[in-house]
Amino acid sequence: MRPGSTSAACAALVSRDLTLVWRRRGDALNPILFALIVVALFPLALGPEPEQLRRIAAGVVFVALLLAGLLALDTLFRGDYEDGSLEQLVLSPHPLSLLLACKIAVHWLTTALPLIVIAPLLGELLHLPGEVRGVLVLALLLATPLLSLIGAVCVALTVGMHRSGMLLALLVLPLYVPVLIFGAGACSAAQAGLPFLAPLLWLAAALVLALVLAPLACAAALRISLS
Amino acid sequence: MNALTLWFHKIGSPPTFYRIAGALAPWCYAIGFLLGLVALYGGLVLAPRDYQQGDAYRIIFIHVPCAWMGLFAYFFMAANAFIALVWRIKLSEILAMASAPIGAAFTFITLVTGSLWGKPMWGTWWSWDARLTSELVLLFLYLGVIGLYAAIEDRRQAARAAGFLALIGIVNLPIVHFSVNWWNTLHQGSTVRLLGPSKIAPDMIWPLLTMALATHIWFFGSLLARTRVGLLELDGGKEWVRAIALADAATSRPTEQAHD
Amino acid sequence: MTEFFAMGGYGSYVWPAYAVFFVVLALEAWAPRAQRKRVLAELRGRLKRRQARNGTN
Repeated sequence: MRPGSTSAACAALVSRDLTLVWRRRGDALNPILFALIVVALFPLALGPEPEQLRRIAAGVVFVALLLAGLLALDTLFRGDYEDGSLEQLVLSPHPLSLLLACKIAVHWLTTALPLIVIAPLLGELLHLPGEVRGVLVLALLLATPLLSLIGAVCVALTVGMHRSGMLLALLVLPLYVPVLIFGAGACSAAQAGLPFLAPLLWLAAALVLALVLAPLACAAALRISLS
Repeated sequence: MNALTLWFHKIGSPPTFYRIAGALAPWCYAIGFLLGLVALYGGLVLAPRDYQQGDAYRIIFIHVPCAWMGLFAYFFMAANAFIALVWRIKLSEILAMASAPIGAAFTFITLVTGSLWGKPMWGTWWSWDARLTSELVLLFLYLGVIGLYAAIEDRRQAARAAGFLALIGIVNLPIVHFSVNWWNTLHQGSTVRLLGPSKIAPDMIWPLLTMALATHIWFFGSLLARTRVGLLELDGGKEWVRAIALADAATSRPTEQAHD
Repeated sequence: MTEFFAMGGYGSYVWPAYAVFFVVLALEAWAPRAQRKRVLAELRGRLKRRQARNGTN
């Protein structure tokens, strides 16, 4: 890898982001605990009957992970914005969309992947049937990168705004709705014993599209909000 | 100043406490460990099989003592937090923050061993009844205190903020427990009583109580070890800490000195 | 001996429970030692930097 080449730049960015996350690795626990508490709220509100919880289990886990991911989105650009490295990134000669794709990948790896790992545990707390568990994890593996990519575009639009949390949620949640419909839809189909492949394929198609287009959109959005 | 007050002040002085804790902690660990082994021998080997639950009930010898420790640690933490907030005593701040991770560990063990006990006995890994839900809330309270303490730079301010959170949490605990109490209670009622006869066989109760004592002593061992580190952090600029830091370098990494 | 490990058929629940007990408490006891090393190393680093700045002992 030649120093100064684009691949070297991407590698350096990835290792820098991973190092920064490792330095504050206790913070990586926060999305997990948040998702756990959100899941716990539902039996407290609706009652502990396993039959009732079983019906909403997959959907609740999906929503809990979606909200946890939404809160974690803030950390994507905040640190870099505050110390000025985000501006340097935008000014670099390498394609910004590629650099941002690397950032989003590391962010997904460190925030969404742990959530997917505990998703079966969260399902178990709500008495999720065993046969749905695999579909849930598969749907999450397809949906969470999609959520990260869509979310990154919206975060790029609100970067630098004070108290942008609520605004970000208002921007992002309408875009999240189709992902949720297909992802949770696959799980409820599996729970009812119906074929569940179609919604998963829709998610996969959307993911491929987002992998190509979202970094470009994110780069454009970042240039707009930092100008 | 009478002798008791003088002794109290001396104990509270960081270098003195550091020294005493350093001498006591290994003993606490050792005695706790040995008592624990005795208790486990009594529980796993000597105690008879339960007529209802078979050998699965033997999880009780770790589950119940850890549950008791989780609650004890919280009250210890809250009491020290109260002292720290009212009288601004440094040592109380550190004792409060040191007991949080230990209590969280015991609460975590309680939840996991309870789950492993519940699966063969009740057919489910989890149930949202009063006991289990309030135990989970207790774990969240611990993690909140630990998280808040870690998030603030200044150690004394962090201890005061996290201590305040611990005190608020203590109010939350009975609320959660009683408010969900009218739901189904899958978890059994208490069989061990402080006053009056307990509903458990004598062959089973002595390992249980021995393990409870062992975990208490272990708690104090860990508490003293963590308090020592807390004192080093807090008094970092003082001469006695500097001496310890340099002495530690000389014993652990002699090559570090060679680079100077 | 095998009867002891089988725990009347409940062995796969009893032994993981005891394992969790030992492992978590062992980690919990090890943590202060690692913390102490880290704190002292940080203090030494701070001392060195201060000495370098002041040029004196």
